[in-house]
Order: sequence, then C-alpha cells, then structure tokens
Amino acid sequence: MSEDNVIEVEHLTKKFGNFTAVDDISFEVHRGEIFGFLGANGAGKTTAMKMLTGLSFPTSGKGRVAGYDIWTQSELIKKNIGYMSQKFSLYSDLTVKDNIEIFGGIYGMERHAVRRRAVELMDRLGFIAEKNEKVRDLPQGWKQKLAFLVAIIHNPGIVFLDEPTGGVDPAARRQFWELIYDVVDSGITAFVTTHYMDEAEYCNRISMMVDGRMDALDSPSALKRKFGASSVAEVFDILARGAKRSE
Amino acid sequence: MDSIRVKRLKKGYGRGLPPAVDIREGFSVSEGELFGIIGPDGAGKTTLFRLLTTLISPDEGDAVVQGLDIIRDYRKLRTIIGYMPGRFSLYPDLSVRENLDFFASVFGTSIKENYHLIEDIYCRLEPFADRKAGNLSGGMKQKLALCCTLIHSPEVLFLDEPTTGVDPSSRREFWETLARLRRTGMTIVVSTAYMDEANRCDRVAMMRSGRFLKVDTPSDIVAGFDRRLLAVRSDEMFRLLQDLRSMEEVVKCYTFGDTHHVVLKENAACAPDEIGHRLTGKYGHTGVQVREQAATLEDCYMNLDD
Repeated sequence: MSEDNVIEVEHLTKKFGNFTAVDDISFEVHRGEIFGFLGANGAGKTTAMKMLTGLSFPTSGKGRVAGYDIWTQSELIKKNIGYMSQKFSLYSDLTVKDNIEIFGGIYGMERHAVRRRAVELMDRLGFIAEKNEKVRDLPQGWKQKLAFLVAIIHNPGIVFLDEPTGGVDPAARRQFWELIYDVVDSGITAFVTTHYMDEAEYCNRISMMVDGRMDALDSPSALKRKFGASSVAEVFDILARGAKRSE
Repeated sequence: MDSIRVKRLKKGYGRGLPPAVDIREGFSVSEGELFGIIGPDGAGKTTLFRLLTTLISPDEGDAVVQGLDIIRDYRKLRTIIGYMPGRFSLYPDLSVRENLDFFASVFGTSIKENYHLIEDIYCRLEPFADRKAGNLSGGMKQKLALCCTLIHSPEVLFLDEPTTGVDPSSRREFWETLARLRRTGMTIVVSTAYMDEANRCDRVAMMRSGRFLKVDTPSDIVAGFDRRLLAVRSDEMFRLLQDLRSMEEVVKCYTFGDTHHVVLKENAACAPDEIGHRLTGKYGHTGVQVREQAATLEDCYMNLDD
C-alpha cells in the first residue's frame, strides 16, 4: 500500500444471494483529503462502507484501510479508524468530559493520554466551557460536535462520517463542515457521505455509486467539466438517470 | 378560505426551559396551500406539528384546522388529517401491504377506495408488497409512510422533515408527488432542512426559538434581502474563508457550494475587483474570482438573525 493512501481497494464485490450490492469497485483515498462518497439510496454505499470499516467481509476483491487488510485484519481496522453515524450515540446522563474519557478508554488509550487529547480537542472544537455539562443539556448541534470529537479521540488515520448533516439546517451544516475542514487540517483523512450536493463541492474528490458500481471519481470541478454540468447536483442527476435499480 | 388558523399558541415542556412553541402573532394557511417551515434543530417545528395534529395540547392559545378546534374537536380532526412524523413510525413486523391495509382500516376505508391518491408512489413499492416494513431501505420506508398517511384521503397533510436522508433524485420525485397532491386541493404543511424544497412552497415560515420570524412567499423573502452580496472563490477555499472574515468591510462570510458568499457592510463602497486584488496581493491567493451575487432563499436564512 502506498504511503499516500489511507484506503486502497481493488475489485471489491459484495453479493447477497444473486443480488450484487457492490459490483467490482476499485479506488483509493489519499491521505489528508476529504473524500465524498455519493450515491442514490440503494446504490450500495452502506454495504461498501461496512466492508471498509471492518464490519463485513467482501464476497471477492481485496483492500487495505488505514494500513490493514480487510480480509485478515478487520479488528485492527476498527481500532485505527473513526466512525460517526448520523444516528450517533452518546451517554446523555454523563458529562462531556466523561463521554470523552469513556470513548478514549474503549479505544484502549491510557488515562493521561485521553486527558491530554481531550483538552487538545475540546480546545480545537471550542468545548472547554461545556466540559462539565451533561450531554442531554447540550443543543443538538453541540451533541453532534461531541460525537465527532469522540470519533477522533484516538487520532485515527481516517474518520468515516455517514451522513453527518442529515436533517440539519443550513447554518449548522456549515458549522459542521468548518469542523471537518479543521480536523482534516490536523492530519486526519475524512470519508463523508452526504445527500447535500453543495457539500459535495467542499470535498477534494467525490465518487458516485450507481447500481453498486463506482461510475465517477474525480474532483468536483473536473467532474463538472467532464459532464458539461454547472453543478455537482447536475452531475448526480446525469449519473443517477442511468440507474436501473430504483426504489 | 383558511385551512389552518392559529391565533396564539404556546407549549413548554417545563424543566426550566423556554417554551418550545411560542407563537404570538398568529398565522393562517389557505386551503390548498403548500406551506413550508424551516428552522434549526430545536426551533419548535415538531412541537408545532404535534399541536396541530392534536397529539399534544397547548399550554395556552387556540388554533383551528379545517374549522375544527385542536382541543375540543380533536377526535373529528384526527379523521381528516394525515401526519407523517420525522421518525419512521410504521409497524416493522408487518409487511408493506399489511401496514397499508391496517392504516386504511383504522380510518374505515380501503386501499381500493383511495388508490388514485397513492398510485404513483405505491406502484414503486408493489414488487415488495410482502416484505416486512422494517426490512425496507430508507427511501422505500419513506414512500410507504407517505402512502399510509394518504390512504384515508386527508384534507390536510402534515409532513415533518419527510426527505431527511433521501437522495436528490428521490427528493425531486417526492416533491413532484406533493405538487400533484396540492393540485387536488389538499393543504400541505411541510418542514424541511433543504432550501431547494422550501423554494417550491407557496409560502415559507422561518422558525426559531418557538416563533415565526418571517412568513412570506420565497420570492418576496428573497426580494426583501437588502445587503450587498459577493460570491468569491480561490484555489484555497478554507483559508479564503478565514481571510474574508478578517476583512473590515465584511459582515459575514459562509460557504456556498463552490464559492463563498460574502455579505458586505451597508456603507462598504468597495468594488468586487478591489477585494479580488487584495486577496491576490495581500493574502497571496491564486485563482481568485469575485463577482456580485444575487441573494437566494438560503442567503436570507443565513442572515435571518441580523
């Protein structure tokens, strides 16, 4: 695996019976980039992400994530990536600080290392004043920030953000994206799924899955040029129109 | 004629928190209107929906839906409205068809009777009629939920963030369905986090802290935007954001797809070129483009509190 890549997969395929959910995809994610993972509902994004995060095995194909093999080292993958789901879970009757320490502990970090990292991250994300507040008393936007923070507490090489801004209003979405920029600036690679096409523009590169295949992968500006489109939304439409699978 | 008329409406959940809904000015929604509500998490959108659909009662105030009082006439009112909550609320252990049958029978009707209302959505679900609702994908769950909400041919439809987690193409289809329902005379109240959807409403309410800060047609809201707006880009977008914010004549700067939008101070006389030169010179940006930008609904939303 090249030093410059955090993810490398070749011919990754996942079949459920005679249904091919992920159909022979090959791609790389470069270290330090924001990689947008786009596609219609049912295109195979979730299935692909499960394989990349060590939660399921492919039917065929090979790949490495954060330096580890998806076939033989899935437990090591889990330890070395971060993951935040749209339906994130925090311990609502514990304080911000306690939540951070619990997640640090789960990742096997030493107590003093967790403390040091917690201070660093709380400072970066503007959380210091709230560290002793119970999570249930935080506004939704702050809970979301905290969920992101605990996902990167162990300083993973890559963090997977699965629709982190679903259902979030335009102002809070922008704040969250500035946070992503900030965290990527500190050296963590971000792998993001979103249904907001303006957010796709914030990625260094985006991929689009159609019917289990990866039909496009490039920078937003290159994709727009290639498809003669004025926005990523238009590119999405052009590609999605070719989809056979529909819901 | 008004389908919904709210005079005042207040609802709090105690715990020393400010009321979730505190509408003092009142508002009304006309029959057959497509009325959108946008606002941040915690603005009170869901509480407002739950009040108007009689699932909770207000602390104070009164409201009427289709001439029926939300407190006194709640039983009758429930039979003529449809409510699709933001959270998936069908029976996961029942099949697609069983769910639909169930909701039809609860309202004393049958699938056949109102099939015309759901036909264009249900035809996509039909191949999966025997699948358990819990095993459907997100997009299909949402389609089924809409079918179940429509099966008794409601006069007013309440949709709480119906398209969260739905891809752009399916969202467009969903809104085409809403446009068709609207043409049948159905009143529709819908909340959304997507500004392109808000743009498709007849009128939009911008809600914050339990109140409507603005209610108007999307075009009138946009026409009321009275600041100068620029769209700026360069090769280093994240640094550009910080640099623009540090400029004296800039009130606000936020990301906007492939550009940043910059709101200028009222008396700022600087031309776009001038900002462009400064970004290239003083700040060392490359690939700089600066142009005047017409406001969109999203810009109005972003500048609501100033």
